[in-house]
Amino acid sequence: MRFSKTLLASTALAMSAGAVAAEDMADSMTLVSWGGAYQKSQVKAYTEPYKEMNPNVEVVWDESSAEAVAKLRAMEEAGNVTWDLVDVVIADAMRLCDEGLAMEIDADEVLAPAPDGTPASEDFGDLLMSDCFIPQIVYSIVHGYRTDVEAWNGKTPTSVCDVFDLETFPGKRSMYKAPLYNMEWSLLCDGVAKEDIYDVLSTDEGVSRALAKLDTIKDQTVWWSAGAETPQLLADGEVVIGSTYNGRLFSVIAEQNQPVAMLWDGQIFDLDGWIIPEGLPEDRLARVLDFVRFATDTQRLADQAKYISYGPARASSAPLVGKHIELGIEMAPHMPTDPANTQNVILMDFPWWADHRDDLDAKFQSWLAN
Amino acid sequence: MSDMTTTSQPVAPKPGAAPQVADPMLAADGTPLKRSLARALRAQKLRALMLIAPLLIFVLVTFIAPILDMLFRSVENQVVPNTLPQTVVAVEGWSPDAGETPGEPVFEALYHDLFLAAEAKRHTRLGSRLNYEHAGLSSVFRSSGRKVDDVGEVQLDALDALDKSWKDSGFWYALMSGGEGAAGDTAPLKAARGRLERLTGENFGGDAGFVPGQEIARILPRTVAEYSTFALFTAIDDGKEVARTKPWEAVKVALIQEIKRGADLAGYDGPGAAELRAARDMAAGQPDIDFKAAFADIDEAWDEIATWRTISAYGGHFTSGYFLNAADMQNGVDGIEARPENQRIYVMLFQRTLFMSLVICGACILLGYPVAFLLANLPMRTANLLMILVLLPFWTSLLVRTSAWKVMLQQQGVINDVLVWLGLVGDTGRLVMINNQFGTIVAMTHILLPFMILPMYSVMSTIPQTYVRAARSLGATNWTAFWRVYFPQSVPGIGAGSILVFILAIGYYITPELVGGTTGTFISNRIAYHISSSLNWGLAAALGSILLTAVLILYWAYDRIVGIDNVKLG
Repeated sequence: MRFSKTLLASTALAMSAGAVAAEDMADSMTLVSWGGAYQKSQVKAYTEPYKEMNPNVEVVWDESSAEAVAKLRAMEEAGNVTWDLVDVVIADAMRLCDEGLAMEIDADEVLAPAPDGTPASEDFGDLLMSDCFIPQIVYSIVHGYRTDVEAWNGKTPTSVCDVFDLETFPGKRSMYKAPLYNMEWSLLCDGVAKEDIYDVLSTDEGVSRALAKLDTIKDQTVWWSAGAETPQLLADGEVVIGSTYNGRLFSVIAEQNQPVAMLWDGQIFDLDGWIIPEGLPEDRLARVLDFVRFATDTQRLADQAKYISYGPARASSAPLVGKHIELGIEMAPHMPTDPANTQNVILMDFPWWADHRDDLDAKFQSWLAN
Repeated sequence: MSDMTTTSQPVAPKPGAAPQVADPMLAADGTPLKRSLARALRAQKLRALMLIAPLLIFVLVTFIAPILDMLFRSVENQVVPNTLPQTVVAVEGWSPDAGETPGEPVFEALYHDLFLAAEAKRHTRLGSRLNYEHAGLSSVFRSSGRKVDDVGEVQLDALDALDKSWKDSGFWYALMSGGEGAAGDTAPLKAARGRLERLTGENFGGDAGFVPGQEIARILPRTVAEYSTFALFTAIDDGKEVARTKPWEAVKVALIQEIKRGADLAGYDGPGAAELRAARDMAAGQPDIDFKAAFADIDEAWDEIATWRTISAYGGHFTSGYFLNAADMQNGVDGIEARPENQRIYVMLFQRTLFMSLVICGACILLGYPVAFLLANLPMRTANLLMILVLLPFWTSLLVRTSAWKVMLQQQGVINDVLVWLGLVGDTGRLVMINNQFGTIVAMTHILLPFMILPMYSVMSTIPQTYVRAARSLGATNWTAFWRVYFPQSVPGIGAGSILVFILAIGYYITPELVGGTTGTFISNRIAYHISSSLNWGLAAALGSILLTAVLILYWAYDRIVGIDNVKLG
């Protein structure tokens, strides 16, 4: 942990002068990600071009992002952090930052400016929500529904509140097995204004109110804990409408051609990005900083969108988003950040959730189990 | 081990030397036989111990010690007293019944604790810890750490404006070290080292390049203490030179407080004496630093009694909080009380875990016994084929088998489709067989069945068929021969299988998570959540300890009722 601050400052300084010699950097780095299509997009967009520039660098992938928080803490306690760069969601990044397990960074020093010279802190803007977090993508939690449900008599859901409407849209739903996202939707559909959601949710009555709204669909709901479940349930016809990550729905709709459609209304933005573990030795840190600067520049973030339908976290990347590499379809309309899809977006209050997640989870699980 | 040693010990006393009652028996070399025997035995025991030592040490180091270390977290609470050492001492005299938040000294202690914690970036870790007890404290500590250096801004600005020496790092260094050649006092440095090491868990040994002056340490003890901490942290953690680094605001605040409270500057003539006196005269005309108001300004939570109740209740080195939480209780206003109804979950989950594990165990016995019986009694060729059928799923991935059950049991799944096709149920009335207790029991019974069949089979295959034949030839019916002769001999197999299946079931996690829905999940799902998501390892350890204790009690009861000697794995 020691010296990291001075080290970071000097490394960043040296690097902006282009002076860190390649021989001072480690020859290998261990990147941690989620596996699957998402990790593949990172390999294609980030590490393959990076290896072309630095053929001697060995990149090791570890598919442990789902357990990253716990594993990183265990590594820190054992005094042997073997990871160099970890892909986590913003909520986990905040927890790691609070626990002192992730390194604090200065965006303008560590990250590349936009091609037109806009500093990184402005290019990423509000998405730099934690001192340790380097955003990569904006994804969203969104509903998908089957397009062939006879009982709906030709109607299709247009609002997120249709999820709670069992009369017009009968059938099973699938929802996340945690208070996250569900509480926001249920309060919104119970008539709470979007900007008041977290104020209401901070009170006991607000929580009861949200759960009471969820009670109306509780016996018609299948609760998922892995992102792959809803696409599978939708494809099997087990549920008629369900929430999941937008990239998963994209692959069900565009790649597997299932009779499923997106309900962008009421989508909830979430962020995913990198954190650098605290206390890396000098040579590994230098390598990671070199890689991160490259992998989060404007072009690389835009390139990633060729492989997966997640929005790049930089404002300057958005105009560069092109076509899907295999399907050849324009990716922009499938991005959660596309103007057509952002008519009604809920912005999560991540610091609020960092405070209340455990408390609310206890109440939610107790509600689920009874 | 002891059997081996007793057979090979040197025993025989000297032939012919009839033992006399008063004289101790002597060995060949003249020492008393008892002692010589004990020595020989001890050597042998030691040798035996050394033989198993590699395994023993391996098990202790890699298995027992990590488990104990993990379980210890269920009561451990060092982070609070280590991060807020002065605050927890200061708050001791306060009681929530007073109806108001603690007084100014407590807030002053909090200021110094929090300032250092924020410099060392440990304040958010404390926030996460206290947030488990009181939702909201996480962000209170995060924002307070960011703003704590604004406390006393007016007074600090006044000091800096009075004389530019107060902004000079070299001046501070001279003042605090007493100038060149002054008598030093290493006690404050030692205290600072202890404070930093407890806070960060890192080693702060080494030369700080600074020794507090004896004279100044006597006059301004708190300022020197704060400066020593600053010096040590700057030199060792930041790797900077103390004399060239401006001291923290906390040092200046301590100085202002001390000279305002009438530090005895009369006899002082060391470095900075004139500046100190000028500062004293200036500070006398300044308003006091209102720590309480400053903190309330940073975050209104500091003005709430509930915040302080949490800090004072969880200020000790050890806590019962995690265990109380694991039993759906809490440290409330009037001592220990049950949690509000809408937060109770663990007791119910423990009961459900035990109940469902017993049901799964019973189902495994009912299904496994006939299979094991067939395996043991069929001709070799058929038995081998059957054995492969038992083992095949055993070799298949757990996730594959669980997913297969999903395909079978879901509403649009194989079983429901067949039932609808047969006309046994209507298309709208498809059975719900998954994402509930039924799904968990079916899938787990299937997955754990080999663990029941294999020990049963190995016991049954050792039962001679002649016993049953003998019983029949003596006139027993088929049932009597089975029940009175065969079954009692197979009980050890049932016992072994039951223990295996029950203990595996009670800790199962992935299958209930995937097919359990809301009513079929186990306590281990919550433990996993607290280990990997909420990072509340203390609560996870408490839940784990309770589960372990429950298993040990059941094991003990099993031993009393069935007898552990009656368990055979083959």
